Amino acid sequence: MFRFGIIVCAAFLLYPFFLPDDFYGRMAAEVLLAAIGASAWNILGGYAGQISVGHAVFFGIGAYAPLLIFTKFGLPPIVGVPVGILVSTAVTVVIGLPTFRLTGHYFSMATIAVAELIRLVISNWDYVGAATGLMGPAVARTWLDLSFRSPIPYYYIFLAVLACLLLLTWHLQRSRMGYYWRAIRAGERPARSLGVPVVRYKLYALLLSAGFTSVAGSLYSLMVGFIDPESGFGILKSVELIIIAALGGAGSLFGPLVGAMILVPLQTMTNSLYGGGGSGLTYIIYGGIIVLLARYEPGGLLDLWHRMMSRRAHRADVAAAKPHAS
Amino acid sequence: MTIIQVIASGLLLGAVYALFSSGLTLIWGMMNFINFAHGEFVLIGMYIAFLVVTYLNGGPLLFVGTAAVLLFGFGIVIYYGLIRHVMRGPILAQILSTFGLALLLRYLAFFIFKADFKTLPDTIFPGTVNIGGIFLGMPQLVAGGVALVITLGIHLLLKRTTIGSQLLAVSEDRQAAMLMGIRPDRMQAIAWGLSAATAGVAGALIATFYYISPTVGESLALTAFVVVAFGGFGSVPGALVAGLLIGVIQSLSAYLLGPIYKDIVVYAMFVALLWIRPTGLFGKAA
Repeated sequence: MFRFGIIVCAAFLLYPFFLPDDFYGRMAAEVLLAAIGASAWNILGGYAGQISVGHAVFFGIGAYAPLLIFTKFGLPPIVGVPVGILVSTAVTVVIGLPTFRLTGHYFSMATIAVAELIRLVISNWDYVGAATGLMGPAVARTWLDLSFRSPIPYYYIFLAVLACLLLLTWHLQRSRMGYYWRAIRAGERPARSLGVPVVRYKLYALLLSAGFTSVAGSLYSLMVGFIDPESGFGILKSVELIIIAALGGAGSLFGPLVGAMILVPLQTMTNSLYGGGGSGLTYIIYGGIIVLLARYEPGGLLDLWHRMMSRRAHRADVAAAKPHAS
Repeated sequence: MTIIQVIASGLLLGAVYALFSSGLTLIWGMMNFINFAHGEFVLIGMYIAFLVVTYLNGGPLLFVGTAAVLLFGFGIVIYYGLIRHVMRGPILAQILSTFGLALLLRYLAFFIFKADFKTLPDTIFPGTVNIGGIFLGMPQLVAGGVALVITLGIHLLLKRTTIGSQLLAVSEDRQAAMLMGIRPDRMQAIAWGLSAATAGVAGALIATFYYISPTVGESLALTAFVVVAFGGFGSVPGALVAGLLIGVIQSLSAYLLGPIYKDIVVYAMFVALLWIRPTGLFGKAA
C-alpha cells in the first residue's frame, strides 16, 4: 500500500515532463483544480453529511476577490485570496448558522435559494461588473501576478494546494473531529444525545469547506483571468462540485480526486466534440451519471472498487483454505 | 388603481404557483422528500402544450388533459424506477436522484427544442376582461381560475375521499397503514403521479401566457420551494395561501422596485423566514 502511494505521488509530480503539448497540461491543471473544489465540498457534504447545493457562493466569492482587488486597487490578484477566505467566512457565519437549523432535504433546498439570491445580487451590482463580470491582468506585470502562459506552473501550484488539503482532511478524519462528523452524518439526534456538540462541529466543517472552496475559486480566476456571475455563482458550479465528489465517493479521502480524473477529461471531450453548443450534451451526461449513481452506487466508484477487491480477496482466501480442509 | 391591477394579476399568477407547489408539498408531507425536478415537470407540461397546439392543432382542453395524463404516468414511472430505490438510502442519494433527473430533463429539453423562446399563439384565450376598471388578460384569468379549482380539489381529495385517507395514513405510519391493508408503495406511486400531474397542468396553463424555454423550470422550482416553505411543509391549504401571497409580492416588487427585483425580494424573504421561523408561516412547530 505504501509503495503504491509513492508511485502515485511520483506520477503526479513527474506527469508534466511527459506531456505532448499544453492541451494536456491545461487539462491536468483543471483536473487538480476540480479535485480541490470537490475535496473542499467533501468536508461538509461527504464527512459531515450536510448536502450543500450552494457552494458556488464560496467559489464565486473566492473567484471574484482577486480580480476585484486587481481592477479596483491595482494590487496583485493573489492578495485577493485571503480576502476571499475572509469574506467566505463572514458569509458562513451570517448565513450558515441559521441554515444549520435545517436538516436533510430542507437544508439542501435552503442552500440553493441562498446561492441564487447571491447570484442575482452579483449580476445586478455594477461595482463588481454586474452581468459582464471582471477581467484579470492582460499581461503579467511581475511574477506576483501569477499570470503564466504555460499551464505547468498552475499545475504545480494546484498540486501543492491539493496536497495540503488532503493532508489536512486525512489528519482530521482520524481525529475526534472526524468521528464527530461521521456521527452527525449517521444521525443528528443520536449524535446530540451522545454528547456531540452538533452545531459547533457542523460549523467547523462548513468553515473549512467554505474556506477551501473559496481558495479553489481564487485559483480558478487566477488561471482563467476572467469571471462572470454564471461561472462563479451559477448553480451548475455547485452541481459540478457535488457530482465530482459523489462519483469518486463522497466521504472518502481520494473520492473527489478520482471523480475529477474521470469527469474533467470527459467534459473536455464532449465540449471539443460538439463545440460550445455541446455544453447541453455535457449536462445531459452529468444528469444521467448522477441518476445512475444515486440509483445503483450511492457510495461512488471507490466504494464499488473496495467491494470488488474484498470479494476477490475473500475468494482467494477460500481457495487457499481448501487444500487444508480436504 | 394601477396598484389594484398589479395585485389582481399577482393573485392570478399566485394561484398557478399554488397549484404546482401543492404537488411538491404533497410529496414532502408524505415521505419527507423534496423533488428537485419538480420545476422540470412543469417544463414538460409547457412543452406538451406547445407540441399539442403546434402539431395537433389542439384546444386548451386537449393540451391540459394530455399534460395531466402524461405527467401522471411519468410520475408513477419515476417513483417505481427511481424514487422507491433511493428513498431509504443515504440522504446524498435521495437528493442526487431528483437533482440528476432535473439536469437530465432540463438539458434534454435544451437538446431537443434549443435555447430559443417558444410561445403559444395568443388566440387560445383571446381578449381581456374589464372588471370595474381592472383589466385582466383572459389567459391569466383562465389559468388562475382553473389552478384555484384544482388546488382546492386536491385538498378535498386528501380530506374527503378514501384514497385521500389512505395517502394520509401511509404518510403518518407506513407500518400501521400496511396492517390496515393499504399498500404503501401503491399509495406513494399515486402521490407521485398526482404531484407530477399538478406540475403538468400548471405548466400547460402557464404556457398560454408565458414564454417556454429550457431554463424556465429552474426559477419555477425555486418559487415552489419558497411557497412550500412559507406554507409549511406538507400543507396544501398552506401552499394555496402562500402561493397567492408570493404571487402578489412578486408582482408588487416588480412594479414598485423594477422587474429584476421580483426574484431577489422573494428569495430574500425566504432567507429571512429561515432565520425567524424555519417551519414556515403556517407550519406546525417541529
